[in-house]
Amino acid sequence: MDQVAQYIWIIPAAPLAGFIINGLISFSWGAKSSDFHKKVSTIVSPLVILISFLVTLAVFIQMVQNPETNRIFSQNLYSWIKTGFIEANVNLVLDPLSIILVLIITGVGFFIHLYSVGYMDHDRSIIRYFAYLNLFTFAMLILVLGDNILLMFVGWEGVGLCSYLLIGFWYQNRNYAIAGMKAFLVNRVGDFAFIIGFFMLFWGIYHYEGVPTIAFSALKDVMGKMPEWYLTIVTLMFFIGATGKSAQIPLYIWLPDAMAGPTPVSALIHAATMVTAGVYMIARMSFLFIATPMTLTVISIIAAGTAFFAATIGIVQNDIKKVLAYSTVSQLGYMFLGMGTGVFTTGIFHLMTHAFFKGLLFLGAGSVILASHHEQDILLMGGLRKKIPITFITFLIGTLAIAGIPGLSGFFSKDEILWQTYITPNVYIPQLPHILWIIGLATAGITSFYMFRLLFLTFFGEFRGDEGALEEVHESPFIMTIPLMVLAVLSIFGGYIGMPEALGGSNHLHHWLSPVLSMKEAVEEHGAGHFQEYLFMGFSILVSLSGAALAYIFYILKPSIPKSIGSKISGLHQLVFNKYYIDELYHATFIKGTLGLRMLLNKFDQKIIDAFVNFVAVIVKAVSRVHGFFDRVVVDGLVNFVAAFTQYYSSVMQTWQSGMLNRYLYYILGSFIMAYVILRII
Amino acid sequence: MDNYILSIITFAPLAGALLILLMPSSSRKMIQWTSVVFTAIPLVLAFRLYQNFLPSNTGLHEANLYQFVEKYSWISSFNINYYVGIDGLSITMVILSALISFIGVFASFSIQKAIKGYFALYLLLCTAMMGVFVSLDFFLFYVFWEVMLLPMYFLIGIWGGPRREYAAIKFFLYTLFGSVFMLLVMLFFYYNAHTFSLVELASIMVSREYPGYLNVANFRIAAWVLLFIGFAIKIPAFPFHTWLPDAHVEAPTAISVILAGVLLKMGTYGLLRISYPLLPHETMMMAPYALGALGIVNIIYGAFVAMAQNDLKKLIAYSSISHMGYVMLGMAAFNVEGMNGALFQMFNHGTITAMLFIMVGVIYDRAHHRNINELGGLIQHMPRYAVFTAFAFFAGLGLPGLSGFISEVLVFLGAFKVYPVLTAIAASGVVLTAAYLLWAYMRVFFDKVQERYKDFKDINGIEMFSVLPVAFFILLFGVYPAPYLKLVEPTMTKMTSIIAEPAAVTFNFLNQLSHFFFKG
Repeated sequence: MDQVAQYIWIIPAAPLAGFIINGLISFSWGAKSSDFHKKVSTIVSPLVILISFLVTLAVFIQMVQNPETNRIFSQNLYSWIKTGFIEANVNLVLDPLSIILVLIITGVGFFIHLYSVGYMDHDRSIIRYFAYLNLFTFAMLILVLGDNILLMFVGWEGVGLCSYLLIGFWYQNRNYAIAGMKAFLVNRVGDFAFIIGFFMLFWGIYHYEGVPTIAFSALKDVMGKMPEWYLTIVTLMFFIGATGKSAQIPLYIWLPDAMAGPTPVSALIHAATMVTAGVYMIARMSFLFIATPMTLTVISIIAAGTAFFAATIGIVQNDIKKVLAYSTVSQLGYMFLGMGTGVFTTGIFHLMTHAFFKGLLFLGAGSVILASHHEQDILLMGGLRKKIPITFITFLIGTLAIAGIPGLSGFFSKDEILWQTYITPNVYIPQLPHILWIIGLATAGITSFYMFRLLFLTFFGEFRGDEGALEEVHESPFIMTIPLMVLAVLSIFGGYIGMPEALGGSNHLHHWLSPVLSMKEAVEEHGAGHFQEYLFMGFSILVSLSGAALAYIFYILKPSIPKSIGSKISGLHQLVFNKYYIDELYHATFIKGTLGLRMLLNKFDQKIIDAFVNFVAVIVKAVSRVHGFFDRVVVDGLVNFVAAFTQYYSSVMQTWQSGMLNRYLYYILGSFIMAYVILRII
Repeated sequence: MDNYILSIITFAPLAGALLILLMPSSSRKMIQWTSVVFTAIPLVLAFRLYQNFLPSNTGLHEANLYQFVEKYSWISSFNINYYVGIDGLSITMVILSALISFIGVFASFSIQKAIKGYFALYLLLCTAMMGVFVSLDFFLFYVFWEVMLLPMYFLIGIWGGPRREYAAIKFFLYTLFGSVFMLLVMLFFYYNAHTFSLVELASIMVSREYPGYLNVANFRIAAWVLLFIGFAIKIPAFPFHTWLPDAHVEAPTAISVILAGVLLKMGTYGLLRISYPLLPHETMMMAPYALGALGIVNIIYGAFVAMAQNDLKKLIAYSSISHMGYVMLGMAAFNVEGMNGALFQMFNHGTITAMLFIMVGVIYDRAHHRNINELGGLIQHMPRYAVFTAFAFFAGLGLPGLSGFISEVLVFLGAFKVYPVLTAIAASGVVLTAAYLLWAYMRVFFDKVQERYKDFKDINGIEMFSVLPVAFFILLFGVYPAPYLKLVEPTMTKMTSIIAEPAAVTFNFLNQLSHFFFKG
């Protein structure tokens, strides 16, 4: 074990310390915080992330130097839950997979923290904001570093909590507060499936393999006898969990609403890190997923569907952040498409490049929004490129990267996914790879189109906002533009570490990850040499360029076209514009159903159960009244009757006792006569 | 001192109550601080118990494995003893009871009316509660159980809300109704086994050499059912639960805290202390239905009804019903994970719900109503209060990192082994719980800031101090539950060895699942 491993604890501990410091300042002073407090907060918050990043970097350097077999660094902090069969340790693991994520979280995260210092400068709750952001980083790091399913779940729900807090950051707006709640609840549905998957896996191992374990490293060695059908259910449960966190069909609905949060949050949480947790989780448990082709097929289909479906919605959105949100859903679809092929490095590769260019695009969007005084409607923008040149150029780079223009990072990662999708055979549906590939390719074209549409509408043409508003537009301060530039550089060059061999690269990423991922070998040397790969690359490039060209025609050359098309297919346009009415559908079914059921059960509680209790009470009361009556009239009546009778009888008798001797003589005489008569008769 | 420690813990509050009766009713401060001192004594001693407790001495049916035992003859002609002692099962409840009693005093500081009577009764209540958890004699247990009703009745009936008399009498009669059954069973045991000692009874019953009429299986089942009804009312298990919302809504804050924090646990504790060891075989037969199935109903039903409430306190009351369902479900699993989870959930629910009720009390003190729809935007005026409440709410919905999560996971994990499909249904309760808590939180704290609440003072020192101890435990046991689990595990493991997994219902859940999904 290398020396550096003993410092792993600092990686999550630093952001946690940042959270505690900011949290205490915010709690103690709140709205009365002084400029000094603000200063402390804006220095501490990015600094703690930087510390984490530097520690990670130190481990990374050591890891690169170590031989392939010795690249897993772990630090066991303490025994967390230990009872019965379950044993969960707080054990942090940095291996070639998790370190990529940690570098993204702390590296990209650091620049987003920096950017936030500028972006949130005028917000009076900036300290609370940084407290949440640090807490998020901590939770995300636990998710990634945790070596067992339960610890991962702590981070998994922890990031959900921070997402909730940050989406509803401006809580005065009811819709924002609801958006935060929606995000948490939809994620909880996924988490429910996740935890069921965990229970099934746990007892499944108990049943099939003997001793249950929940540590990833141990699980990998233990698995073997579990039948495929069972594993399929387990992995599908985990995948449903992933659809919640990573916004896939059918649980993607929370992500577009999550744009209510501050824009840097959208960049960090809802683009670069948290939403990719599902992809990471599958990679982490690759040994489970690789063994079940059924699950992989389901993942592929859902992923391709999500990618395409979200991209179509992206075409018609006019809110700059909403376009990017649907784009994120769509790009996450690509990542899962990559995971579905069983060549898990492709998904991780796209996860990484996406973190760069989508982080960049969101930060750029934030810069645009701030520059135009919180305007988010791209129909009211236009011609901004001269006013905010740095934002424009970096945004352009981001757009080129996501659109898959050759030479930038997005091209390599997306193309790798499409290529692997095409060549990975499917055991259930032989044609599936081809269908998925076509959907993926079409999505690439749509992506290119809506991204260039966004770019053209925002930065080119004439300004369409209020008169005089253009004069007010100003470039953001350096603290915001520097992160843009850094991410722009990464968006360009980040793809080279995964460059395929066909293009003279050596796919470092694949070789880096393959020791820790159980996966199919990526098919590099095809029988036909690289010819086919080149051909497919050509297709991709062509489609991307067509999308861009179409957007150019629609929004630069002939701006009248979109309107006329829109009016010709207004039905379809309405359908897509309203996001296929999925939210409405869910509202009418699940939400209405739940709300109805709660009222019904409440009525049942009051009108049946409690009413029965009260009824029993009434009956008891009534019975006691009857008893009371009986007691008064019969029991007591009898007593009183005896008394009254005695009294009456005695009043009758007392008249006999007159005290006159002659009467008594008559009584005696009469008695003798009566006695004589009676005796005679007898 | 360790020889009398349990008696001191139990009767210290009673001594305080007598002392208070001697004080002039005008000396408010003196009465309050006397109560603080006489509830602090049990708390300090409970900590000492924890330090000196040996988890490996597991009690249950073995008399020599109880600790801190005191045994004196009380009514010798009936073989009734003053017999107290603790094992891994009761020590946690003793600690919980001492803790909640202590913080309840601080939550009572805002009481204005007749405080002399209030605190005297409150301390009497503390003694009765503690007595239930330390008694090892059935008769003594029953006496404490009944004594507890008296102060509770007056505390709700005099210091309660508008419908206090209805609520008090409902609570009193309902519980009394249940304990009559317990009395019957107690006498049934006594006349056949000639002892009131729970330990002795347990060792007789575990050995399965049933004396007298106890040998009749149907009688034993009847005894189990009668006991269950008595305890189920206290838990409260569906459909015996409707006294709880009424009692909570009317009770003053501190009494709600005691009620939800400790009293409800008496139901599940009673089952574990009496039904399980005394009637292990019957428990095995009945518990899957009575505890497992009803537990799931509690979880789901309680959550739905909670969602329908507009009174914040009533919502929390129904959430208690839902959360006690986890305890029942875990108890029905009969494996170490489930049983430990259930016992852990008892403690965690105690701390979490205590905090929730104190939070509700804080807002009621200021707004004089608890209508969720009338409140709103409070985070603006009471930011610290909002932080504490968020902490309590997220603890309530089982956020990982806080204690409720660990007990819920253990309960579900244990139960899933035995009842997979039903547990999966029950686990969907986590979504419902999140829904009603977050929805309520949104309506109270977010949304439009309301001018009429702008003079509300943020949470004050006393209120903060009253929740900090429980908040500490909620966080500690979420991050580091080992101290608790180590304490109870040996006893619970022994419990599972007394009651093996129920043969009648242990189906191979994998087969069941494969039938479910693949038709064979």
